[in-house]
Amino acid sequence: MTDKILEVRGLTKTYGGETKKGAKQPTPILDVLKGIDIDIYRGDVVCLIGPSGCGKSTFLRCLNRLEIPTSGSIKFEGVEVDDSHIDAVRQKMGMVFQHFNLFPHLTVKQNLELAPTLLKLKDKEAISAKADELLARVGLSDKADAYPKSLSGGQQQRIAIARALAMDPDVILFDEPTSALDPEMVGEVLELMKELAHTGITMLVVTHEMGFAREVSNRVIFIDDGKIQEDEPPQELFSNPKHPRLKAFLSKML
Amino acid sequence: MAAQYELLKELLNSGTKLGFGQEMFYKFYQAFILKDRWMQYIQGVGTTLLVTAIALTLGIVLGSVVALVRVAHDQQRPNHKNPVLGFFNAVCQVYTTIIRGTPMMVQLLIMSMVIFANSRNFTVVGALALGINSGAYVSEIIRGGLMAVDPGQMEAGRSLGLNYMTTMVVIIIPQAIRAVLPALGNEFIVLLKDTSLITVIGGKELLYAAQGIMNRTYEAMFPLCGVAIIYLILVMLFTRLLAKFERRLAQSDR
Repeated sequence: MTDKILEVRGLTKTYGGETKKGAKQPTPILDVLKGIDIDIYRGDVVCLIGPSGCGKSTFLRCLNRLEIPTSGSIKFEGVEVDDSHIDAVRQKMGMVFQHFNLFPHLTVKQNLELAPTLLKLKDKEAISAKADELLARVGLSDKADAYPKSLSGGQQQRIAIARALAMDPDVILFDEPTSALDPEMVGEVLELMKELAHTGITMLVVTHEMGFAREVSNRVIFIDDGKIQEDEPPQELFSNPKHPRLKAFLSKML
Repeated sequence: MAAQYELLKELLNSGTKLGFGQEMFYKFYQAFILKDRWMQYIQGVGTTLLVTAIALTLGIVLGSVVALVRVAHDQQRPNHKNPVLGFFNAVCQVYTTIIRGTPMMVQLLIMSMVIFANSRNFTVVGALALGINSGAYVSEIIRGGLMAVDPGQMEAGRSLGLNYMTTMVVIIIPQAIRAVLPALGNEFIVLLKDTSLITVIGGKELLYAAQGIMNRTYEAMFPLCGVAIIYLILVMLFTRLLAKFERRLAQSDR
């Protein structure tokens, strides 16, 4: 557990403050992240919780530079994450989105094979075999030739997870993976994520599913007001919340 | 038929007034059958289709390049503008402004009498002018399509480690093309009919053939209506082909 996979120091993100063409005044300034320091170790399953707008998704998106941090440093496997080798970093840092973002013009299997094929990670047969294996793992082998639109939300999200796994990532970032799903489909996705957690892959999950956080994660991080307010194992955090904001948050959630 | 025509011609020469049906037959024969004139229409259709194909190809290539430059320029992060891209963006904007801001006929005349004043190949010059004109409109159509693709698609592609260009080419553009196909079909039909304009600079297409026959027979109705019917049939034919093509591309929507 001492193998540090992510090291974040003094991460801040500020929106606004730029003068758009034609505008008289700069857009209002919004500090979303106000200095985040955290270490993530290999095998960690970290749940990020907090009220809406507290910056948890922004934090997650800063890690793979879908949002560009305003200041601070992010080290992934000892290497600074910056524009020069961002594509290499992203190959090892999978991401699962709230709205799945599957490629609608490709079949399910093509969705899985696209990036490994284009990046020539392996030869064709190996990629195809890996895709088949992943489809079996998420229980959707029979949908290999279907198009994403014909699948339910839960199935689409399972495919999206499989697509991330097809890259053999070291970390997977989950950005509210169940928030866009019908309640009856949340279970199948959480079940898959639980299985994934047991395989030892490092996961960062932004979620509102407190049950999942309590049961599966080994660290729960409470973010509020752009800062990490608590970072505890789930038993400790849920049974003995120290921060008054966390107490208020949990009392509303449960 | 030929005997009947000769008979009517003699009657006319001797000053007899023809009946309505006889007159119609006489004019029809003159416009289409006499001296194998129908061949001229067919050759005209061939040239029309050739000019349309050249102009369409040129228009789509130009339009795609302009659209990609403009979208890539607009999607840059604030304060991280690439000056080279900025230059090309400015060139593209000048191009669309000039082409969309001046009449097609004027552009045609400038192309044939100013820029290519020494060229005798009016048909090719006409095709070139049409293609350049079409490119400006196509670029806006494609730009609209590119911007209409869910930004999550770009994020999904990038998060898998694909670079900007690859994501554009394999994920964004195929979806954009499908979205703009009806508008592109419209542009194609407009182009097909606009080829008739190159008659004024001496391009030997369908209308040119009809005008030649008009000048020899002093009779306008049959050549002009014939040409109108031929254009109508061509447009209907291509509309149907486009609908078929669209249905095939839409298979992932089912």
